[in-house]
Amino acid sequence: MRRIALFMAALLLVSGSVLADKIRIGTEGAYPPFNMIDKDGQVAGFDVDIARALCAKMDAECVFVTQDWDGIIPGLLARKYDAIVASMSITDERRKAVDFSERYYSNSLGLIAKKGAGIDPKNLSGRTLGAQRATIAADHASAMAGSDAKLYDTQENAYLDLNSGRIDVLVTDRLPGYDWLNSDQGQDFEFIGDAIDIGDQIGIAVRKGDKLRERLNRAIEAIRADGSYDRINAKYFPFSIY
Amino acid sequence: MNWNWSVIFDNLPQLLEGSLLTLELVFASVLVGGICSIPLAIMRTSDNWLVRGMPLAYTFFFRGTPLLVQLFLFYYGLAQFEAVRESILWPYLREAYWCALIVFTLNTCAYTTEILRGAIQAVPQGEIEAGKAIGMSRFNLYRRIIMPLAYRIGLPAYSNEIILMLKGSALASTITLLDLTGMARTVIARTYMPIEIFFAAGCIYLLLTFIFVQCYRLFEQRLLRHQRISRPA
Repeated sequence: MRRIALFMAALLLVSGSVLADKIRIGTEGAYPPFNMIDKDGQVAGFDVDIARALCAKMDAECVFVTQDWDGIIPGLLARKYDAIVASMSITDERRKAVDFSERYYSNSLGLIAKKGAGIDPKNLSGRTLGAQRATIAADHASAMAGSDAKLYDTQENAYLDLNSGRIDVLVTDRLPGYDWLNSDQGQDFEFIGDAIDIGDQIGIAVRKGDKLRERLNRAIEAIRADGSYDRINAKYFPFSIY
Repeated sequence: MNWNWSVIFDNLPQLLEGSLLTLELVFASVLVGGICSIPLAIMRTSDNWLVRGMPLAYTFFFRGTPLLVQLFLFYYGLAQFEAVRESILWPYLREAYWCALIVFTLNTCAYTTEILRGAIQAVPQGEIEAGKAIGMSRFNLYRRIIMPLAYRIGLPAYSNEIILMLKGSALASTITLLDLTGMARTVIARTYMPIEIFFAAGCIYLLLTFIFVQCYRLFEQRLLRHQRISRPA
């Protein structure tokens, strides 16, 4: 009798997990405000909220797995998780290894300058522009300045020189820039002009040929349509990042 | 692998332009640093502990910390102070060029001071006593006996310091300057060909060092001609 009870319990557990359709989501947990570990040790952020909303639409149970960035695609291929929701740009290079869903947000460039400096974003000649070296932002900075922009090894160093006034305008990825503007160091600065579209789209990576991709695409469409995407967007950014 | 020669030749003018800035930084810092090291080295050999201690604190700091750290502290660190940004020096400290020049000068001056200090202490006592015996003043003793001899003793070690400075100047690229290394990294960001461009930059550094070593050897031969052993034919 006891044996049968045990067997029944085990059966129930197994069938339970099959019925609930568990999807394991890989994320990095080190890219605020998109994915990070909150003070209770839980994953949180824009990516995580989006993943939860998608899972709700797909009637699936989501489990989050954190994984360092440089091993995040190998982890997917090794079946440690089934999808990567970690602010990953869709690139041709990555498409060779994984399939991507449609975008769930896009990254653009923005210009940051001191508040009240009266810099015209349409006419930047004679201004000193800065950006991080070897980024898309750096290419744009040189083109906009009409001369050599100052190029920095890290984004932090560029912020330091913006603060000290060595550069008038910083060209940067808009969303991390927005995060900096909300920090203590960024208080005296603001975005000038409109966002610059660079065609950088962020998608969800799945294993090649995985049917999960179509389900995710339908779910993205659904949360876009029913307003839950906009609610999550508004929680992090006062402008649409789709 | 796919070696691309044309990317080197296409970007050679830019790399040479970067080399000019490298040479300018090294030449100016070695010249000024060399001049400043003379009084400091003499102070380092003083019998008074206070006079001896002050340049020691300076050389200890600059020889004991990496050039990169000095550069970052000076360029990014100082600029965070409101007082520095409002001082009359800001028009200069604002420029990465002057920051690099000042830090390189202070750095090479510290090393040169210690090279020269060792050389001064290696001047044979007999020569100094001879000078004293014919009634030379302290100033004349330094001008005519100690310093000329010290320079000859320190000469070989000094060429090393200049070569190290030439290579150390690559760090100027970390504070946005487009020296040879900075120019190379900027070209790489555009062409995605790091191996070819760094290879070219490395060749230019080698060439600069080679030319310098040859010139220095002639200079050394001239100054040390009294030491040349005339070999029997």
